[in-house]
Amino acid sequence: MEIDFNSSGHIVGIDLGTTNSLVAFMDLTGPRIIPGADGDKLVPSVVSIMPDGGSVVGNPARELLITQPERTVYSVKRLMGRGLEDVKDELKLFPFRVAAGSESVLQLQLGDRKYTPPEISAMVLRQLKRNAEDYFGVVVDKAVITVPAYFNDAQRQATKDAGRIAGLEVLRLVNEPTAASLAYGLDKRENGIVAVYDLGGGTFDISILKLHDGIFEVLATHGDTHLGGDDIDNLLLRIALEDVASEWGEDLSQDSEGVQRLRRAVILAKERLSFVPAAVIELEYHGKKYQREINLELFDKLIAPIVERTLGPCRDCIKDAGVGVDQIDEVVMVGGSTRIPLVRSSVEKLFRSKPHTELNPDEVVALGAAVQAAILSGAVDDKLLLDVTPLSLGIETMGGVVSKLIHRNSTIPASATENFTTGVDGQTNVLIHVVQGERELVRDNRSLARFDLKGVNPMPAGLARLEVRFLIDANGILSVTARDQRTGKEHSVEVKPSYGLTDEQVEKMIQESFEKAEQDFAERQVREQRVEADAILLAVEKARKHDAFFELPDHERAAIDKSVNELLLVYNSDDHHLIAAKIEEVNQATIKLAENMLKGTQT
Amino acid sequence: MSDYYELLGIPRSLNLSPDALQQRYYELSRQLHPDRFMQKPEAERQRALDMSSALNDAYRTLKDPIKRAQYLLTLEGFNIGEQRSKDVPPELLEEVFQLNMALEEMRGGDDSARPQLEEAEKNFADMLARSSLLLETLFRQYDTSRSRDVLGEIRDVLNRRKYIQNLVSEVEKTLIHT
Repeated sequence: MEIDFNSSGHIVGIDLGTTNSLVAFMDLTGPRIIPGADGDKLVPSVVSIMPDGGSVVGNPARELLITQPERTVYSVKRLMGRGLEDVKDELKLFPFRVAAGSESVLQLQLGDRKYTPPEISAMVLRQLKRNAEDYFGVVVDKAVITVPAYFNDAQRQATKDAGRIAGLEVLRLVNEPTAASLAYGLDKRENGIVAVYDLGGGTFDISILKLHDGIFEVLATHGDTHLGGDDIDNLLLRIALEDVASEWGEDLSQDSEGVQRLRRAVILAKERLSFVPAAVIELEYHGKKYQREINLELFDKLIAPIVERTLGPCRDCIKDAGVGVDQIDEVVMVGGSTRIPLVRSSVEKLFRSKPHTELNPDEVVALGAAVQAAILSGAVDDKLLLDVTPLSLGIETMGGVVSKLIHRNSTIPASATENFTTGVDGQTNVLIHVVQGERELVRDNRSLARFDLKGVNPMPAGLARLEVRFLIDANGILSVTARDQRTGKEHSVEVKPSYGLTDEQVEKMIQESFEKAEQDFAERQVREQRVEADAILLAVEKARKHDAFFELPDHERAAIDKSVNELLLVYNSDDHHLIAAKIEEVNQATIKLAENMLKGTQT
Repeated sequence: MSDYYELLGIPRSLNLSPDALQQRYYELSRQLHPDRFMQKPEAERQRALDMSSALNDAYRTLKDPIKRAQYLLTLEGFNIGEQRSKDVPPELLEEVFQLNMALEEMRGGDDSARPQLEEAEKNFADMLARSSLLLETLFRQYDTSRSRDVLGEIRDVLNRRKYIQNLVSEVEKTLIHT
């Protein structure tokens, strides 16, 4: 492979996931994940808003999910590009607090502030951007971002908006399974047919690709943008809440903190069940204890309907790809939920071959995004992705029926031209309604946009000749141009998603985020140190009750007290270096204590 | 803009080798895809978008023999037009009459018509298979003769196919929903 990285800036690849997000880049040694300051490669897609309006993202926010659930949000990807009407079902299952006045644009209430889903995603993206900037020591402002293959136009547009708000030029949106195939294809098979099964936190995709000397041609894709590990968590959570209600005689479901603690406990048990035959859901809360063992047999039975929901799209996808199951050479597993044994065995049964699980299913999408970034920079020139649009695009015709213009699984970029005329004498505008979906009737599909072709020369009905061109670009996003064939006049058409942000709204958010960026940066560092300080202070408080604390010589105890007091003194200052230094002193002062406590538990 | 054949740089034939067509498509994709123009000025990027969308549209049309034939017919000035229900191919008249009665009965809740419909479904599948073979022959004839008469025949076969396909989907729908 010929690689020239000297001429290109740093274009990063970002996997903006429902549960976790990652940022990666590619150099001569191949694609690589960039870890955060805490050394973690995964940045939990959790955002917490501080009372001053600043944000905390990732692992620290995950902690705040428990202590400050009303200011903290997770799985916001489920709301991207969607309207209030679309998310009714989600609201029953997730603790999203929809702000008043969300009828036109959905907003979440976090503390006393309101944010759109793209703004919240932008905070996650900004964190990843900073991680990359800290890593390289230079500004990073260009990215490839992955989206579920089955995302529709509005969801894609919302993701692009999030990038812009975060100060990133989104050079390309890449479908997650396709990105995974790029990472996979780097060191594996050069030719053949590959299926990518991608079951993440909130979305499911299946794509079938033909690999041919560096060309990655997607033959078909299918999926469900609201199916993933989250659904398993919710299922287990419901059971656990019922248990708790009957055992404790207490309805925990209205207690945000209790629910979040229990949710974390079921996730832990779920994750363990991928490696051991039985796991315990454990919760200690307000002095009460709940324990329940779940064995793999029961777990499989519980989640079977969820796993089954992925198999239908797989069968459809195989059919659409026009291949037989026996022609599929390999199946690649992507997404954290593919660690679940039942998922693996079900996929193996359907595809009649053992799926590949060598690559880390959490990382492979981000790594592929980094490869695509290198393709766009020109550093990699022997690979090319030919992706498809997951949903058909059509327009409304007489009687609310859809006339399909671009069929699903068409390779993108794809275009279609349609001629329109007037129905009434002297008519000067033509209304066009664009929809996305597979159903015959408009009302069963998703309304993408309505636009008005204005300024048509008045003439008798049926004589106007308006040529409208629909173009789906390589990001899977639609644009429309219109031309009056009689006058040659171009009509400007603004396609605005039926649920989405206008350009002005996005510009305003970008502006606000720039103005706040400097201030944010300083505040964030202070906030991060305070979160650290909280953690260590809490640990010391707990340790004081431990035998090991009383066994310490007096001077050691005094040293601990002194360091703690000093940390408390600087806690509210806005100098993050100072707080960090004092945290370190507490750390030093408690080394002996920690060692003794550890020994105590071992004997 | 040039037509799909010119875009792919291949002669205006009806029989095309799928492998050669794919090869050509991949080669051109490597040159024209927007990925290759990311670092170029806006005008070139726009051109790449236009060219590669046209290329994809061309490949999608030409790789499918039926779409390919329809496309070539339009290029040659044939009006393939809308299929109207009264244009029943004469040799199918009797069969369609019987079929419509059976469909009526089935929709009316009379399940006794089911075997007849299933038989008709099989029958139509055979007809489509036969017409595919016929098309192959006609494609070859056209490629050697470039005769407009052959194109006319091809148009008739295509129209008949479309008619049969509509019947098949009608039968399928009725069988599934009742």
